[in-house]
Amino acid sequence: MSPDTTPAPAGSIPVRRLVFRLLLVVAASFAFGWAMVPFYDVLCRVTGLNGKTPGFQPGGLAGAATPLSAVDRSRTVTVEFTGTVMPGLPWDMRPLTPSLDLHPGELQQVKYLVRNTSDRPIVGQAIPSVSPGQAAQHFQKLDCFCFRQQTLAPGESREMALTFIVKPEIDPEIHQITLSYAFYNVEEPRREAR
Amino acid sequence: MDIATHPAEHRDAHPTGLLRWLTTTNHKEIGTLYLSFSLLMFFVGGLMILAVRAELFQPGLQLMRPEFFNQLIGVHALVMIFAALMPAATGFANWMIPLMIGAPDMALPRLNNWGFWLLPPAALLLTLPFILAAFGVGSGAIDTGWTFYAPLSIQGGMGIDFAIFAVHLLGISSIMGSINIIATIFNLRAPEMSLMKMPLFVWGWLITAFLLIATIPVLAGAVTMLLTDRHFGTHFFKAAGGGDPILFQHLFWFFGHPEVYILLLPVWGLIPHVLSAFSRKPIYGYRAQVWSFVAIGVLSVVVWAHHFFTAGMPVPALIYFMFSTMSISLPLAVLFFCWLATMWRGSMTFETPMLFATGFIVLFGIAGLTGLVLADVAADAQYHHSYFVVAHFHYALFAGGIMGVMAGVYYWLPKWTGRMYSETVGRWHFWLTVVSFNLTFMPQFFLGLAGMPRRIPDYALQFAEFNAISTVGAFILGFSQLLFAWNVIRCMRGQGDKAEARAWEGAEGLEWELPSPPPHHTWEIQPEVK
Amino acid sequence: MPAFTWSFPEPVTPVAHETLKIHNEFMVIITVLFTVVFAIMVYSLVRHRKSAGHEAARFTGPRGAVQWLWTLVPFAILLFIDFVLMGVPAVHALLEMEDTQTKADMVLKVTGMQWKWQYEYPDAGIRFVSNLATPPEQTANAEPKGDNYLLEVDNPVVLPVGKKVRVLLTSTDVIHTWWVPQFGVKRDAIPGYLRETWLKIDQPGTYRGQCAELCGKGHGFMPVVVEAVSEPEYLAWVEKQKAVMVAAASAGDRTWSQDELMVQGKAVYDKICTTCHQPDGKGILGAFPAIAGSKVVNQSLFGPDGKPARDSHLDRVMNGKPGTAMQAFKTTLNDVEIAGVVTFQRNSFGNRMGDMVQPAQIKALR
Repeated sequence: MSPDTTPAPAGSIPVRRLVFRLLLVVAASFAFGWAMVPFYDVLCRVTGLNGKTPGFQPGGLAGAATPLSAVDRSRTVTVEFTGTVMPGLPWDMRPLTPSLDLHPGELQQVKYLVRNTSDRPIVGQAIPSVSPGQAAQHFQKLDCFCFRQQTLAPGESREMALTFIVKPEIDPEIHQITLSYAFYNVEEPRREAR
Repeated sequence: MDIATHPAEHRDAHPTGLLRWLTTTNHKEIGTLYLSFSLLMFFVGGLMILAVRAELFQPGLQLMRPEFFNQLIGVHALVMIFAALMPAATGFANWMIPLMIGAPDMALPRLNNWGFWLLPPAALLLTLPFILAAFGVGSGAIDTGWTFYAPLSIQGGMGIDFAIFAVHLLGISSIMGSINIIATIFNLRAPEMSLMKMPLFVWGWLITAFLLIATIPVLAGAVTMLLTDRHFGTHFFKAAGGGDPILFQHLFWFFGHPEVYILLLPVWGLIPHVLSAFSRKPIYGYRAQVWSFVAIGVLSVVVWAHHFFTAGMPVPALIYFMFSTMSISLPLAVLFFCWLATMWRGSMTFETPMLFATGFIVLFGIAGLTGLVLADVAADAQYHHSYFVVAHFHYALFAGGIMGVMAGVYYWLPKWTGRMYSETVGRWHFWLTVVSFNLTFMPQFFLGLAGMPRRIPDYALQFAEFNAISTVGAFILGFSQLLFAWNVIRCMRGQGDKAEARAWEGAEGLEWELPSPPPHHTWEIQPEVK
Repeated sequence: MPAFTWSFPEPVTPVAHETLKIHNEFMVIITVLFTVVFAIMVYSLVRHRKSAGHEAARFTGPRGAVQWLWTLVPFAILLFIDFVLMGVPAVHALLEMEDTQTKADMVLKVTGMQWKWQYEYPDAGIRFVSNLATPPEQTANAEPKGDNYLLEVDNPVVLPVGKKVRVLLTSTDVIHTWWVPQFGVKRDAIPGYLRETWLKIDQPGTYRGQCAELCGKGHGFMPVVVEAVSEPEYLAWVEKQKAVMVAAASAGDRTWSQDELMVQGKAVYDKICTTCHQPDGKGILGAFPAIAGSKVVNQSLFGPDGKPARDSHLDRVMNGKPGTAMQAFKTTLNDVEIAGVVTFQRNSFGNRMGDMVQPAQIKALR
């Protein structure tokens, strides 16, 4: 007796259908892995899981949901600014205001001085990260140079501005927030066989 | 797909020689292929790590450059996990599941053949870059450790691409094997065998198979993203384009933690059979064990982030992953309880399988208990990425995995080959293994506590003594495994005493009602199950 | 020679004290569990053996209320151990470790790079790179190994004792992990992302640790050394560092002789370049290019416009080569160091360019 003619246990479904269903599980699981990419991104932005800040908000300044009257003057939060120029980008950057004490809800603007030290125009993109991660969701950027790619001519220096609000809903136990930018060269470095 | 269309009249006219093994669809032959491949790769992976231990014998770089060291540790892990331990478990499944549930073969024999023959090319892909590098092509094998962490794996050479393709092949093979096993278990059981009458080994594999089809595709997806990040300019794991290196760790360990149980569940399934046989006493707590398997299977997919506590995450997430990880100790404790209770008030003898089973329980107990402390986030900050973790997972995967597999091999070898292995050599093998295993890995706990990071080719002087001991232990451990190979090969060549159908006095189960070795085709008329 | 230890090194921060405490508690708990469980097993192995004439019982599960009780008690105990005996102190220690609420006294930014650490004190405006100081001859077993073999750096981090330091971590290439066992602190440095942890050192001393995440070939060779000093000493050190930075900046203003640059350059080369390009400048075939006879090195320094051409020697050293281990050294080396190492490479290992580049020229390129 060969396997296909073996009487199946009661209640079992034919092999073909079972295999098909199992393949569906495999496909679903593969899809789940890929779905994790956008899902994780959303999760990070909503919960501040990885220090990702809520990104570009199309409304910009007009979209600022927080009226200035909501400023919580009962406490101050220190916000520090730092930056890292990643390899492959011949730029210098430094915050003009390394740190700032503010009341949650206050609209603030700070600037970074960024300079292209090379002799060619280069396009850079800044990627923000906030620590502690729990503060990230309450760190609302209204306008930021990181919303767009930045092009600097050879030797050009530019002050790049960030306008932001630390929302009053921020956990009262957080006293210090650091915002860091990693500045990358947009031009994808060409990999070479090594 | 060719589903079990396998004309009866052709079955006995199989080709001979190499072609026979290339084309076989017989579950016993495929089981033998898997087990032989596993044994071979066990030695390949073992040689790699002996080279590593030799380098670590004393401070300073003696034998190899750091980049080669990094390749050896990564390929050692991939080979041991994917090419030694997983195929061993699949080999057991092929041989034993049809015999134990009274099925004439696996449900999908052709698929079964393909599943095996994907393995050798995958193993070749893993090791080929070493050889290519020796001829000046590329920079060698994967050098990121087996975890492929981005962005180190985005930066690396072509060895990583080879390893990604190897993982794809191994994954496809595992999925094919799992589908086959589930189909066999669901459809080919003897008519009277309800699910709750199935042997525990079959239950262990059923959970394993479901874990495999649920998690391997996630790994396949993750390494595919890695491949496109490497070559096609995507930014899944590169912060530059809005990606996130930590996402890779989430995806990897979503597969990686269940993988631990994928390796261990088949072993937890077979250990009760061995304990019961040599205690001459029925398995204790069958239902409790089945439900523990299910519980561990479910828990295993919700605890993954404990592998990267140091990457930083919000406090609520830390607390969740800490307690969910600790909860795994509960079903695991049920298993330990049942194992001990199976032995309790038995009439025990200590042939080699029983020695390995008891050794397994004690040493795997150390793995479980150290796992419990590793779950604690604050303490984990000290243990993580250190030799403490290395020792912990070798207690889990060598003592808990490989020693369990050896218990199973010694237990069923008489059934497979019809010959008894040499008991004297078997005992030597066990005692040498246990002593040298502890000599190798116990010092590594202390190295980790003292602050030695893992995956370093050279170390500070305060780590010298324990590393020297560990290396001596590793060499004894490695060479003692030759006794195992000798015993297995001797039986396969038909030497040794003839085994009876019921090779062990206390052995229970359908497989022992067949002659030893069983004929090419078994259970063509399905057996009655009490 | 430093001796081995059986447990954690002496803790010097609140987190490390807490961690050692829970570690010790947990070790006692698991040792007791292990002993009790396996004592029962050993008893059974001895008593319930066939050779001792023991007949097998036939039970397959608990029967009757008493046996059920016996069966469930261990789980109740384990539940208690998991969630109370271990769980409560574990949560307590976790909250302590993740305590970023109380305001810190100062900030230290740590940037992991293949294979060194860069430290930045934003308040004081100090920034420097910390490299392994163990000579390669010791690793190659050509010289006896020093007491702090592989755990010594050229520029250690200096921190004041008794101050809460907020440590920010990031990386410029792959993931590194900053770990000092005596601080109980281990945190990943992730490229493009910021992580934080904190420490407050109780007592002055030198504390050593290592990178704990596999980050490539130099993973075992990027130690962390922290010197904890009293606050006055710390402030004095800050002033000195500032002076050093000013001096380094102005050192580039004078004209250097080729010999001076060669000496300076060899020191930089031995410290930084040999890991990949090897002490003999021959590189590693298939992995790291040779300096000896290199096309990049053996071409003119400046193009017709008086600036270094793209992919020229200076461009490569200053801006690195993206996608490879070759970094942009202008972020970590000063003008004199860059001028030195470039001059050295052009006139060593059989390269005979004969020219040199002045620190002032490097400064102009920044």
